[in-house]
Amino acid sequence: PHALVFLEHRQGNIDSGSLSALTAASQLGGKVTGLVVGSSEYVPAVVNKVKNLKGLTSLLHSTSDLYAQQLPETLSPLLEKLLSDSQYTHVVSTPSSLAKSLLPRVAAKFDVPSVSEITSLEHDPSSNSTTFTRPIYAGNAIATVRLPSSVPIKFFTVRTTNFDPASSEENQEIELKAVDAVDVSECPTEHISTQLAKSDRPELSVAGRVVSGGRPLKNAETFAATLNPLADVLGAAVGASRAAVDAGYADNSLQVGQTGKVVAPELYMAIGISGAIQHLAGMKDSKLIVAVNKDPDAPIFQVADVGLVADLFEAVPQIVEKLKQQ
Amino acid sequence: MRPSPARLLNILVPVKRAVDYAVKIRVNPQQTGVDLNVKHSMNPFDEIAVEEAVRIRERLSKDSEPVTITALTIGPTKSVETLRTALAMGADSAIHVETQESASSPEPLGVAKAIRAIIQKQESVDIVIMGKQAIDDDFGQTGQMLAGLLGWGQATYASKVDLDLVQKNAVVLREIDGGLEQVRVKFPMIITTDLRLNEPRYASLPNIMKAKKKPVTRLTPTDLGISFEPQMEIIRVTEPPKRIGGAKVESVDELVEKLRAAGFTAV
Repeated sequence: PHALVFLEHRQGNIDSGSLSALTAASQLGGKVTGLVVGSSEYVPAVVNKVKNLKGLTSLLHSTSDLYAQQLPETLSPLLEKLLSDSQYTHVVSTPSSLAKSLLPRVAAKFDVPSVSEITSLEHDPSSNSTTFTRPIYAGNAIATVRLPSSVPIKFFTVRTTNFDPASSEENQEIELKAVDAVDVSECPTEHISTQLAKSDRPELSVAGRVVSGGRPLKNAETFAATLNPLADVLGAAVGASRAAVDAGYADNSLQVGQTGKVVAPELYMAIGISGAIQHLAGMKDSKLIVAVNKDPDAPIFQVADVGLVADLFEAVPQIVEKLKQQ
Repeated sequence: MRPSPARLLNILVPVKRAVDYAVKIRVNPQQTGVDLNVKHSMNPFDEIAVEEAVRIRERLSKDSEPVTITALTIGPTKSVETLRTALAMGADSAIHVETQESASSPEPLGVAKAIRAIIQKQESVDIVIMGKQAIDDDFGQTGQMLAGLLGWGQATYASKVDLDLVQKNAVVLREIDGGLEQVRVKFPMIITTDLRLNEPRYASLPNIMKAKKKPVTRLTPTDLGISFEPQMEIIRVTEPPKRIGGAKVESVDELVEKLRAAGFTAV
C-alpha cells in the first residue's frame, strides 16, 4: 500500500490530529507520503518540522497564494491531480472541518466511498482490502466495514482519540518534493473571513484534562466564572454540552458530543451535564469521568467513575479551593 | 436594484428517515445492524435544512420573489412519512425515490448520485440545502460528494445563510474547528446545515392536513438510471464496550481525594 496523508497546519502549527492520522496510515504497512499545502509564509517552516515525523517515507508540499485560505474547491483539483497517477492506494486525514469537507468531494470524483472516523484498521495486502471499525449511531454501535480491492483508492478519516500521535526523529532522510499548485479557473467559492476563538488553554481535542459545563451554568458569564477557575487549577481545556453551546454560554468549537468534538482525556469533569447519549458519544472513552450534578438520576452518573450529587455553584468553588490547598 | 425579470429560486432539500434521536439503540442478535422496529423521524439536521428553505422563502416573499421548495427522500415505502413532514413544514412538492424494503441503506455516494440525477431531471436547482450528517450512519459526506459530482461550490456546516439574488450568490457563516469562517458561494451551490442555523418549527395541524394534498412524485432507481449497489462491505455490527460507572461520593472532600488518588492535582 501507499498512503497519501493530508497533513494540516494552522498558521505554521501542525495540527495534532494529523499526527494521529499519520500513525494510522503507517499501520497500513506500506509507504506513507505526506502532503502539506499553504502559502509561502508557512509551508517552509511546516515542512521543516513535518519531515522529521516518524512513519513518513516522503513528503510533498505545494506552496501558493491560492492555498493561503484552504477551500475544498481549490484543494480538490490538487488532490485529484496527485491521485490520478494511481500510485496511491489510500488517502488519510484527521476529521478536521476542512478535511471532512474535502475528502468526500475528492472521493466522489474517483467514484469511490470514504470511511468516516475510523477507530481501528487492518490492511490485507494479499486481497488488497482494508477493514475498519467505526462508531455509528452516536457510538451506540460499532460497525466493521471492508473496502475490497474493487475500491482502487481507499479514503478514510481517523478518530484522533484512537491513535497515538506520530513522534519526531531528528535527521530523518526522506524524499521532499515540491508540487505545483493546480490553478482553478472561476472558483465558485470565495473566502471572506475567519474568526478563531482565542484561548490560552490547551486545545480541547488533545487535552489530557477537560472540564465541561452544561445548561445549569445559566449564562456565558457564570459559565466562565464557574468553570474557568477549575480549568485553571487543573490546567484543563474547557468543553461544553450542546445545550450550553446552543444557549450561547460557550463557543461552538467547544461542543463535546456526536456532532461536536470527540475527546478521550485522562480526566473528564462533567459539571451540570445530564448526559444525553449524544453527549456521552463524545466523551465516554475518557479514562476518569467525574460528574457533578444536582439530579441524582442524571444519566451521566451511569458512566461516571466519581459522581457527586450537589449544587454545582456550591461544589465547584469548594473543589477549586481544596485543589489549591494540596 | 431588483432583478429583472424576476425568476424563480428553486431549492432542493434532501431528507432522510432515521431512527429517532431519543431511541435507545440495540444491535440485532445476527450482528448485521441495529433493531429498526423503533420510532423513526426526520434526521434532525434535515429538519434544520427544511426550516432554512422555508425561512428563505418567508424572507424573500416580501419582495414577491417566488421560491419553490422540493423535498426529496430515498428509501422504502414508509419514507413517505418523512416527506409529509417536510411538506407540512412548508415544502411545496416532494420526490420519493423508492427502494426495496429489504435493501441495505444506500451509501453516501449512491445518495449523492441519485440527487445528481434528480437535479439533472429538474428544470433548474439553484440551491441544495441538506443536513451535515445523518445521525444513524454518521458518515457526514453526502453534500460534499454531491458538490464534487456536480462541480458546484459547497458551504458545509452552515450557521447563517444570506442570499443575494442579484449577484446570485450566498454568504454563508460556517462552523469550523476553533471558530467561524465566512465564504461567498455562487449559485448553483450546496449548503449543509449545522445545529445553530435555526430552530425548526413544529408543523401546525392545518399544515399537516394541507401536506396530505401536496404532490409526491414516485420514482424508482431505474427511472433515474442509477443503482444503490454498495461498494463497502459491512462485516458486522457490534455493541460498544460497556463502561461501568455509577460510583458516587458523598462530599467535595471525597471527590478531591479521588482526584488526588488518581494523580490529578493542581498544576
